[in-house]
Amino acid sequence: MLLQEAAGAVHPLSGTIARWMWLLPLLPLLGFVLNGLLSIVSAYHPGTSDPGAQPHDMHASPEERHETHSGHDVTGSGAHGDDHHVVVRHRFAALTTIIGPGVMVLAFVLAAAIFFAMRNAGEAALHAPFIQRYYEWMPVGDLHVDAAFQLDQLSMVMILVITGVGMLIHFFSVGYMQEDPSYPRYFAYLNLFVAFMLVLVMGASYPVMFVGWEGVGLCSYLLIGFWYLDKANADAGKKAFIMNRIGDFGFLIAMFMLFANLGTLDFEGVRTQATVLAPNVVTWICLFFFLGCTGKSAQIPLYTWLPDAMAGPTPVSALIHAATMVTAGVYLIARSSFLFSLSPVASLTVVVIGALTAVFAASIGLKQWDIKKVLAYSTVSQLGYMFIGVGSGAYVSGVFHLVTHAFFKALLFLGSGSVIFAMHRAYHATHNEDDAQDMRNMGGLGRYMPRTFWLMLIATLAIAGIFPFAGFFSKDAILGSVFLRARESTLAETHWLGIPGSIVLYACYVLGLAAAFMTAVYMTRMLIYTFLGPNRTGERERDSLAEAPWIMTGPLLVLGVLSAIGGWLNLPESVPLGRVGALDRWLEPVVGQATLRVTHGVAAEASSTIEYSLIGAATLIALAGIVVAWLVLKPENLVPKREAKPEEGFERVVANKYYVDEIYDAGVVQPTVKVSRGLLWQGIDVGLIDDVMVKFFGTWIPRRVGWLGSQLQSGQVGTYAWVLVVGVLLVLGAFTIR
Amino acid sequence: MLAEALFFSAVLFTIGVVGVLTRRNAIIVFMCVELMLNAVNLTFVAFSQIYGVAGQVFVFFVMTVAAAEAAVGLAIIIALFRHRQTVNLQNVNLLKG
Repeated sequence: MLLQEAAGAVHPLSGTIARWMWLLPLLPLLGFVLNGLLSIVSAYHPGTSDPGAQPHDMHASPEERHETHSGHDVTGSGAHGDDHHVVVRHRFAALTTIIGPGVMVLAFVLAAAIFFAMRNAGEAALHAPFIQRYYEWMPVGDLHVDAAFQLDQLSMVMILVITGVGMLIHFFSVGYMQEDPSYPRYFAYLNLFVAFMLVLVMGASYPVMFVGWEGVGLCSYLLIGFWYLDKANADAGKKAFIMNRIGDFGFLIAMFMLFANLGTLDFEGVRTQATVLAPNVVTWICLFFFLGCTGKSAQIPLYTWLPDAMAGPTPVSALIHAATMVTAGVYLIARSSFLFSLSPVASLTVVVIGALTAVFAASIGLKQWDIKKVLAYSTVSQLGYMFIGVGSGAYVSGVFHLVTHAFFKALLFLGSGSVIFAMHRAYHATHNEDDAQDMRNMGGLGRYMPRTFWLMLIATLAIAGIFPFAGFFSKDAILGSVFLRARESTLAETHWLGIPGSIVLYACYVLGLAAAFMTAVYMTRMLIYTFLGPNRTGERERDSLAEAPWIMTGPLLVLGVLSAIGGWLNLPESVPLGRVGALDRWLEPVVGQATLRVTHGVAAEASSTIEYSLIGAATLIALAGIVVAWLVLKPENLVPKREAKPEEGFERVVANKYYVDEIYDAGVVQPTVKVSRGLLWQGIDVGLIDDVMVKFFGTWIPRRVGWLGSQLQSGQVGTYAWVLVVGVLLVLGAFTIR
Repeated sequence: MLAEALFFSAVLFTIGVVGVLTRRNAIIVFMCVELMLNAVNLTFVAFSQIYGVAGQVFVFFVMTVAAAEAAVGLAIIIALFRHRQTVNLQNVNLLKG
């Protein structure tokens, strides 16, 4: 491996195991190559025992066709007839099971080793990132972009989340996807995703990060449309891809502006030179970066792809659309804290959009029946929370919530996967065609799957923000810091669309509390409808309801422990249950300077009275949400989906997601389609290019000219001689007259 | 003396051109081409009085080439006659586009 250390003194990490950090993305990439090969081999040489051998069988029976259309998650085995319970596995399933999760285990072990090396390297190692340059990627004029990785505290946190949670989700997938005919393809995509995600967080410059940014978008697209035989799934993939392109446009513009103004795109280069930028230039750069974030991290106005992304397998929703990829926007802002802290206006925009998204998505989550849709809107809402954090200059709080959210949201999604798995098995056993993801068809599942129930309960308490679970600390840190920033910060002194910043921040604090209340309500609702009350699955199906295997509940257990104790990562001083502010100190070298810039160089400290009242308010609101949900929602009154009546009035508006998709469809999609069809296709392509250009200028005119020319070719030598002589005389005449 | 020679050669050349343009018989056209060549030869010789012997040397080259061309040209005309039983150029239009 050719590598030069960063210029100047040798970095303290260069002699440690951190020098192997390039292996981190390479290991999942290797898994992608191997699993991809297995997938290709089985596609071109189908074996007789292969469930993928006759892929159309799967959709041949009406039962299966119905299931895929109703948005089912587990496409069934290839086995039909009376033989339902025989697990038909892919020919290479065993090999894939070793490779897919295996590379993740290796990557996680390496990441953990690098983490301990960083901790042991001491203070000196903590103040500058460890940069490895591999080769010069883009030497174009003044632009020099190295293929380089950067290891610092922020990327280390992200690496641990990605490899750790990613590894658990890989394990879960082994059980969840066991009967899928495209088992190796699934793991190939999942491995590729992890590889790109690691590139995203390890890149030492914006372009390298952008490679990962685009790569995870690709994998997201591939995995949302994983069951592409159903058009709805393929459409959902396309929707995610296209909406992300809108955001990527912003990312690109921001990079161009950075290069035009600074001439460098390295994080370190930009960080040291950021202060020379004119204030409005910084604001525009930050706003364009934030446009990228709204696409990738599903914020208003580009959030609608994320709920649709639930068309993918549930572990994918857990890994990509909850724990890692969608948090890339939060990471981008934390990574660019040196820019965002220079622009209070852009930071306020981030806070406002985050707060609005948090409330808006949470309210939609209140009326969703699909268990995964509830979690999807919850994710959008929680991402809004993270943006409130990083926007208000509380970069550590945002990243802290990112980490705890990765724990409990992955747990929630995997738990819902476990539920769907059980529901699907039950329905499959009796050929029932009902929707296995609709909560109206569930109920009382806690009796059949106690492990999943208790773990989901922990995750629910964590996301609702109940002490002492993880979400309590991280959500509280965000709300608390918004409140403090509203009192004293550069953000509070500026104006946002004419409104004083402090008022905006106080409003966002209230919105955050409202979102916290709704979060508690819809999570309790999900828990009540799914696990408590009478069972609505059906008489015969009830016999087949059972807990998922250990390969699935094992990762749930680990995530449950993490969701319970994740708050210890960054205890506030007011709750001294252990080491206080560990994450604060860990991330201080990366974002400390930017945080201080926002808070006027003083570490924002609230008096303990204020802090306790903030904590009290947040906890009370969460508890109120749970109690309200408990009192209002009666699972006894629910009827299964097929007997349910459609909602009325405002409930209907919420259940239909405020018709945002319909508005986008009418306002953006249909006009685009109409312009494309009417003007671009019929007008320009058919009319201008085909008719005018090709048929008239390309065909008719050349034919006429050709006919004229052919008349010259009479074959008469005499005529030719005449032409020649006339020509000679003309030339001679021209010379003579002049 | 030069003026008369040039005038004579111009007359000869014009007769050749007009012959080529107006006559239909391939043999006649061919002879007119020879006439044009010899008109040019006469010009060369006339000018060699002023500009030196190079013009006369050039005349020999032209005569050599004309002899070769006559051989080839007559052969083509004979071949043409054998195929078409005519040497009228109006009936020969295989080059028609």
